[in-house]
Amino acid sequence: MVVAEATDPNRANIAHLLRRAGFGAHPDEVDQATRAGYRATVESLLAGLRAPDPAGDAVRLPDLTAARVTLGPLPTDPAARQAYQRQRRALENRQYVALQRWWLDRMIVTSTPLREKLTLLWHGHFATAFQKVRVAGLMYRQNQLFRTLGGASFEALTQAVAKDAAMMLWLDTESNVAGHPNENFARELMELFTLGIGNYSEADVQEAARAFTGWTLSLGNGEFVLNARRHDSGVKTVLGQTGNLDGTDVVTLITRSPASSRFVVAKLWSHLAYPVSTTDPIVGPLAAAYAQDLNITSLLRAILLHPGFTSPTARQGLVKQPIEWVVGLARAFGVDADVKPTGAAAGAAGAAGSAGPATGAAATPRTALSSVLTLLAQEPFNPPSVGGWPQNSYWLNTATSLIRLQFAASLGPRLDLSWLTALPANQRPAELAHRLSVDGWGQTTLAALNHVASQPTALVALALCAPEYILN
Amino acid sequence: MRPMPPMPSHESSHTASHTVSRRWFIAGAAGAGVAGATALALSHDAWGRLLAPARSGTSRSLAVGKGILVMVTLYGGNDGLNTVIPYQDSQYLHGRPTLGYQPDQVLPVGDGLAFHPNLKGMKTLWDAKQLAVVRGVGYPNPVLSHFRGMDIWQTASPETPVASGVLGRWLDATGTDPMRAISIGSTLPRLLAGEHSAGTAVSGGSITLPGGTALAPVLASFDAAGPDRTGLAAMVAHSGADLLQVQHTLDDLLNSSAGAGTASPTTQPTKGAKAKAAPKAAPKVAPKAAATDLTSQLDVVAQLIKAGSPTRVYQVSMGGFDNHAQEKDAHARLMTELDTGISGFITSLKDHPAAADVVLMTYSEFGRRVAENLSGGTDHGTAAPLFVAGHGVKGGQFYGAEPSLVDLNDGNLKFTTDFRSVFATMLADVIGVDPKIALNQTFPTLSLI
Repeated sequence: MVVAEATDPNRANIAHLLRRAGFGAHPDEVDQATRAGYRATVESLLAGLRAPDPAGDAVRLPDLTAARVTLGPLPTDPAARQAYQRQRRALENRQYVALQRWWLDRMIVTSTPLREKLTLLWHGHFATAFQKVRVAGLMYRQNQLFRTLGGASFEALTQAVAKDAAMMLWLDTESNVAGHPNENFARELMELFTLGIGNYSEADVQEAARAFTGWTLSLGNGEFVLNARRHDSGVKTVLGQTGNLDGTDVVTLITRSPASSRFVVAKLWSHLAYPVSTTDPIVGPLAAAYAQDLNITSLLRAILLHPGFTSPTARQGLVKQPIEWVVGLARAFGVDADVKPTGAAAGAAGAAGSAGPATGAAATPRTALSSVLTLLAQEPFNPPSVGGWPQNSYWLNTATSLIRLQFAASLGPRLDLSWLTALPANQRPAELAHRLSVDGWGQTTLAALNHVASQPTALVALALCAPEYILN
Repeated sequence: MRPMPPMPSHESSHTASHTVSRRWFIAGAAGAGVAGATALALSHDAWGRLLAPARSGTSRSLAVGKGILVMVTLYGGNDGLNTVIPYQDSQYLHGRPTLGYQPDQVLPVGDGLAFHPNLKGMKTLWDAKQLAVVRGVGYPNPVLSHFRGMDIWQTASPETPVASGVLGRWLDATGTDPMRAISIGSTLPRLLAGEHSAGTAVSGGSITLPGGTALAPVLASFDAAGPDRTGLAAMVAHSGADLLQVQHTLDDLLNSSAGAGTASPTTQPTKGAKAKAAPKAAPKVAPKAAATDLTSQLDVVAQLIKAGSPTRVYQVSMGGFDNHAQEKDAHARLMTELDTGISGFITSLKDHPAAADVVLMTYSEFGRRVAENLSGGTDHGTAAPLFVAGHGVKGGQFYGAEPSLVDLNDGNLKFTTDFRSVFATMLADVIGVDPKIALNQTFPTLSLI
């Protein structure tokens, strides 16, 4: 029941597409995409999976030199050792915070939003946390893997993730030894990454764990290396296939299984359209097409062009994750992760390239957006568990409601709202909807916004916490 | 790896003007009390004054004699065999040549069992008969997934997946007040989510609504239900409305308890904002410890209990129990945190009139494999012991049989006590309701309370 704006249905579909396949777009970009048409916009988003991202690349990568390089070898003297460990921890934490800033700024200014969105999606899927990995450089390497291989074949992506250093540390692959194998990676690979619970047995987990024994990391460069002496080269049976399987064989086997097709399709649909189970009727046909080559770009195309993607169910089907909420508002208001102007406030968000935020030495360690994300329980590079972040109602409770309101109420004085205050008060709610890429306000929200329309800080606070903006 | 509960966990960054102190404030005045996300951002004036809401009537506080349940969730699968240790069973060290503890290291509690060396405070509670152990807790056809396992525990439905949490169904059956159940942390576990009602999540920062004169009058209508708000949009509005109600209740409660001279909350005038701008000198409950460790969370719970909060169930949590590799030191640290938190909490209540009403129980999604792996850790297992503590608990004894270390299922323990019996006991003997409203069937209760 949108009353604030007479909405062009084509434009509304485009705005929906740009919210879900990105982080929302400036009104000028939505207008431009509307003129280009829905299908052309989908193709342009997909092309961004391989295209250069000058705006994103302009965000300066922090120094991620490994602590052991910067600090030298661990001292032998116990007291010196303790000081060293403290220093190392502090350095690791600084790098982690700097890396968060880098990715948030990248998501804010990117000219290839679907690629950043997909990177975030894979980060939540193959969820790996700094909490245990402790090496920001490895978290960055994994993030780049999602950015470069995210649109490729899911099999190739999973093979790369299985040998990714951060993942191998996170799920203990690197310490998995023949004899009494460690089941951690094998189990989560099947349960959370490829098949879903119910599509494998405990015996499959144990056998697959044997296949990954001896997989470890080179101490020099942190690259994957096989330690043949620790590898179990006996015969194993996984999902009914028997042989001297190694880890690569297991990944191939399971990613190509029909259960995996349904699992991957349901996952992507759930994060782009609305949550579904693997048995939902919408999954079957998409899974059949995906099973041909396991290509993620083709699957994304099929989802974004699917009639269900723009259905009323989909339009009301997702709550913005906290990262989407903060990146969306930063893009809309033209500010960076520290709520400082990106220099693009007056123009289209996509044109922010040369004005990428400077993340210089003087910058404070933790950005405004990082801090609020910590409170909202969605820290980039630090998901709460290997299950990633749940969806929708998980983000809606009294605590998050308060934190969002407090943060949103703090923003007004830091933003340039001249574009808003130049308008008469009665036009401001509609203009704000336009800017926030919301189709319009329902009557309950609109009544409240009108009530505070003469006070820009309060108006912005309520708009950012309104159901129309909280939903994606 | 299930390393952490779903809550913020990182140490704060420090600069003079951007301290993110992560202190737990419940209620309090504007300006001074805005920790966390907010401190970074604002000049004090932006915060305006403490919102003075329309009063919700008289303050509601819980009468002495009403049971209070405190659930301690241990995410990741706590290693039960290294928590309550069968140190006299030769099979224990046989399966755990490096991870196991020697007989002279552990804290014996009888029956051939002993507490982990770091559970000294809990051993003292055991000796004072304020702590009991329920052994071999689990369910038929155990699941070794963290996520399904935790869902099974929190929904009390091992056979069929259901959406509502077991205590969420109790909330559904008994009214609408969001204060009945409070979880510490910024996400709400499924345990406390019903079909149409949910508990309250209390996070860092303060329960102080921002906005002063501009926002205050409009928040109630902003968070109202409306025909234009259905599905998830209704849920957004509903959590906002719950927040207002919680804020009103806490405000009343903490004001009146401070006025009544209750020991715990310290009354402080508003700092930062001009004193005259504050509608009143709101009391502030500021626990000593910062951050998110178990002790800090239980401090908040203790202060709410002492203030008379109308809350029947609290939930706190710890993560990090999923130790597939190099378990021994990591688990020992967790045992220390658990011990400090629980023994400190129970002891802090000892002179309070409500002390005997409070019952704390721990649980985790599963225990761990009997035999260690070659990474110096243990893989996912099944049945495990859990602790029940409180001044009204029949402590110093075991409930349920100790599982055998030789009669195993695929290397895992066979359960002896159905976890739903523990829930039934808590529902019947702590919350005081018919357990069937939440469990849908009857389970024998334990004579724990």
